[in-house]
Amino acid sequence: MSGIQYFMTEEHDMFRKSVDDFVKANILPNFEQWEKDGYIGREIYKQAAELGLLGIAMPEEYGGTGLDDIFSMIWLEQGARHNVAGAMLGLCTHSYLPMQYLNKFASEDLKKKYLTPSCSGDLIGCLGMTEPFAGSDLAALRTTAVKEGDHYIVNGSKTFITNGVYADYIVAAVKTNPEDQRAGVSLLVIDANSEGYSTTKLDKLGIRSSDTAEIAFQDVKVPASNLIGEEGKGFLYMMMSLQIERLSIAWACLGGCLGVMDVTKQYIQEREAFGKPIAKFQTIRHKMVEMETEIEATRAFMYLSTQRFVKGESIVKEATMLKLKTAELLNQVADDCLQFFGGYGFMEEFPIARVYRDQRVNPIYGGTSEIMKEILSKIVIDGVKY
Amino acid sequence: MSKESIQQFVTEEHEMFRQSVNDFAVKYIVPNIAKWEKEGEVSRELFKQAAELGALGINIDSKYGGLGLDAMYNMIWVEELSRQNVGGSASGIINHLQLPIQYLDKFGSEELKQKYLVPSVSGDLIGALGMTEPGAGSDLAAISTTAVKEGDHYIVNGSKTFITSGIMADYMVTAVKIDGKVSMLVIDTKSEGYSCTKLDKLGIRASDTAEIGMDNVKVPAENLIGEEGKGFYYMMRNLQIERLGIAWGGVGSCEGILDMTIQYIHEREAFGKPLAKLQIIRHKLVELQTELEVIRAFTYLTTQRFCNGEDVTKEASMLKLKAAELGNITADQCLQFFGGYGFMEEFPIARIYRDNRISPIYAGTSEIMKEILAKMVIDGKTY
Repeated sequence: MSGIQYFMTEEHDMFRKSVDDFVKANILPNFEQWEKDGYIGREIYKQAAELGLLGIAMPEEYGGTGLDDIFSMIWLEQGARHNVAGAMLGLCTHSYLPMQYLNKFASEDLKKKYLTPSCSGDLIGCLGMTEPFAGSDLAALRTTAVKEGDHYIVNGSKTFITNGVYADYIVAAVKTNPEDQRAGVSLLVIDANSEGYSTTKLDKLGIRSSDTAEIAFQDVKVPASNLIGEEGKGFLYMMMSLQIERLSIAWACLGGCLGVMDVTKQYIQEREAFGKPIAKFQTIRHKMVEMETEIEATRAFMYLSTQRFVKGESIVKEATMLKLKTAELLNQVADDCLQFFGGYGFMEEFPIARVYRDQRVNPIYGGTSEIMKEILSKIVIDGVKY
Repeated sequence: MSKESIQQFVTEEHEMFRQSVNDFAVKYIVPNIAKWEKEGEVSRELFKQAAELGALGINIDSKYGGLGLDAMYNMIWVEELSRQNVGGSASGIINHLQLPIQYLDKFGSEELKQKYLVPSVSGDLIGALGMTEPGAGSDLAAISTTAVKEGDHYIVNGSKTFITSGIMADYMVTAVKIDGKVSMLVIDTKSEGYSCTKLDKLGIRASDTAEIGMDNVKVPAENLIGEEGKGFYYMMRNLQIERLGIAWGGVGSCEGILDMTIQYIHEREAFGKPLAKLQIIRHKLVELQTELEVIRAFTYLTTQRFCNGEDVTKEASMLKLKAAELGNITADQCLQFFGGYGFMEEFPIARIYRDNRISPIYAGTSEIMKEILAKMVIDGKTY
């Protein structure tokens, strides 16, 4: 029995099985095509919604499944285990970024208009924080929203936006008061079919089936009622959502590690060299168990921290550590395992080649490893509390 | 050192016990470390003092004088002593509880328990465990110490090495071969033909480490632990708590090192500001802290599962491997932040650096842990 079973119930195990079935039936058969197309299509959102996967921890009154984020963890971890990062990313960005903001901070009207159809897969959302000149340094945002009557007029641009080309709406961080660096940030829901809204697809090293775009706003007119929460509170809302954002990356990275180990364990038993399976070579065996040890330890910490999160504890430090650690671990695991595949590891015929490219984004997005260490330094060394 | 993440495994009683271990270390060990490091051994009195705390019989039944608690308390005992980074000064008292006492408790006859376990728990007798030989480490099948039955005695010949408490011990739980099969005997160290030689070491210098020679040592037949030929099985059964013990020590040591390093980098200035403001130091330090928190969560979870009666052979092996390596890395990288002072014995980090080097070696090297794990993880073997 694996150590994480300590945290699992029979329902969790059944749910994990249904995630497996979903990925096998709906993602795997299409995945190669999606990687070529750079887009996963809209149908997969509807299929995920039918299983309740898009609104796992959302309230049932908005079409959510009404479960807790232990189930979210299982969904992201088990989905990622199939080494289909680009496809999972579109679905999970939708659920764990824009939908989180709508659920936690938006008005009843906005929830009915955007959250309910997001749970049902009829609308696809994206989150617009990063700009060409502002990544984790949110105070540097340049996109502005100026109130004119019952509308905001939005100008600026966003980049590296997951689901950017095909999303129906963006939850965008804008400056409603450009003079005030922090208090000036607000969050607006912007319809992607608004006039003056344009997208440009970005070509990427990996996660190619994920739709990533640069978005420009030129005098985009947004109803004032599309403001999420209150003006000037965007920074606070983003801070309040960081835990689940970082956790969600950790869940997917840990699942990615398991997926890479799965294919590698199988391969080293099948591949022979010098008359025996390479699974018999000591140097490969030892490297494999070093990785397995890191994964098991990190997984225990992740389940424990996620359970605390679900109970309502503040786990900013642990979520930050997990984002840092799992992203780096997946990079290392993909690299070391690729090596065991030899030349085949370099061929796109083997999933490990794609995984190697795909996982490289993890220590970058959702705040780079360096940003995680900056935050952790403040907590661990300076005694700052978040 | 914040411990929120493992709070669900920790009760108020655990925290009270932790505090008393802390008090014990500060009162009885810390003031004597320098002296004991020079002398190469701790005082016998320390065992009595540990016994007063109940620490020599934590998970031993109260009818043998123990506290009758579970291994969560063994963990706190080892973690907290190690957090003080008392190194070799605690290895005797930890070894005593975790090794010879466990064998007597689990597999010894009632008579052996009365004769050895009860006075061990009270700190009147000090025990050692004799497994390793000059020609046999983890490869137990290669041990060459023999015990030949003659009437109501065994005659033991052979040698053991790297034995913790080897000089001070009153008895040694010894792996021997009887008719070619591994068995365990309790051997009185004052027996005729029993000799020991102190070993000089890189670190944990306050720990008494010896090579033992046994030349026609006469051991009463009733000193056999359990049954003849079952020694290998008994050793397998005790491996989980042995490996967990090293992991507990590794976690505690890392906690102590990081605490003292965070304090130091706030105090030490360079180029007009505390070292704690330099990004490269900040980032390296939180990498280590992250590793520690991950492994500590895994340690507490696994120890809890062990106490619940689950088999944690794999996890304990992973923990022994990982925590020992982390203790080394943490000592090395933190020593660097102390600069020249880190190389001076005036600062404990210098000693800790030497002390921690043993952890990936004893109780099965890191390489042996990986061999065991490879059988489980790659070959699908279960233990």
